[in-house]
Amino acid sequence: MSGTEVGLVVSVFIACAVEATEALTIVLAVGATRSWRSAMFGVGAAVLALGAVIAALGPALTALPINVLRAVVGGLLLTFGLQWLRKAVLRASGLKALHDESAAFAEEQRLASSAGAVEARFDGYSFLVSFKGSFLEGLEVVFIALTFGANQRDVPLAAAAAAAAVLVVVCAGYALKAPLARVPENSLKFVVGVMLTSFGLFWGGEGVHAHWPGGETALLVINPTLALFAVGTVASLRHYLQAPAAKSGVVNA
Amino acid sequence: MNRVRHLLQFLWDFVVGDDWRIAVAVAAALVLTLVLSNDGVDAWWVLPLAVVGMLSLSIWGVARKRG
Repeated sequence: MSGTEVGLVVSVFIACAVEATEALTIVLAVGATRSWRSAMFGVGAAVLALGAVIAALGPALTALPINVLRAVVGGLLLTFGLQWLRKAVLRASGLKALHDESAAFAEEQRLASSAGAVEARFDGYSFLVSFKGSFLEGLEVVFIALTFGANQRDVPLAAAAAAAAVLVVVCAGYALKAPLARVPENSLKFVVGVMLTSFGLFWGGEGVHAHWPGGETALLVINPTLALFAVGTVASLRHYLQAPAAKSGVVNA
Repeated sequence: MNRVRHLLQFLWDFVVGDDWRIAVAVAAALVLTLVLSNDGVDAWWVLPLAVVGMLSLSIWGVARKRG
């Protein structure tokens, strides 16, 4: 397995595990509060809908010429990755609230409890909330797996990494019957943001005829450099945000 | 019509997210790299510069508003 393929598997696995954790929280909350049966129907319908998206987009993407694919999909991946990285940096520096699975679970349960009586045969609320949660989180999984897989011309490898991540999260959720609050989601999102941005940079650049020094080994420089930049930005932001408080502390003393 | 608008809004939020300037900067950097590369310039540095510059601008903009 080449370095790029290892990067692909690691990135897709972590990104998909994070998204699957969020979807699991929603399904667990609705299932435990209202109806497991209807919630599972919602998950099944979401899986079918996601399958349709993959069937429509997968062959279309892989049929594109490699440079067009890398420019367009690399650009999309870069934009998407920067979005993740921006949020991760804002969360790590305290400018945005951290994602908390326990709090999300409690909120989903509160909403589920106040949504009226549970239908005995088929609970529409459980189905819809479960479908929406699984589909939207799953769409991110599909996007990441397809863009990575298509760029590397190895969609099956990306799909296997995504499926493995979802399986691990589902098994953990089934064993615990509780949200996976101990998964270090915010740190993982930081790592995913760096990896999506790095691969988007690399493939996007190649798609518009840029020649990276060292070819694929450039990723070994891009990835840690971007991670250092992001960590440095978090440190600077924390310092900047603490400065007024420190100054007022001096004045008060 | 409403559904189409919702779908477009969803796709916009999904890919572009909170700061549209990042998407514009990425598109502009890709075009600039293509133009320079086709003129024979080794332009691999354009995208990393754009990423670092735009990410800093976007994040520090939020910090200045809150700080």
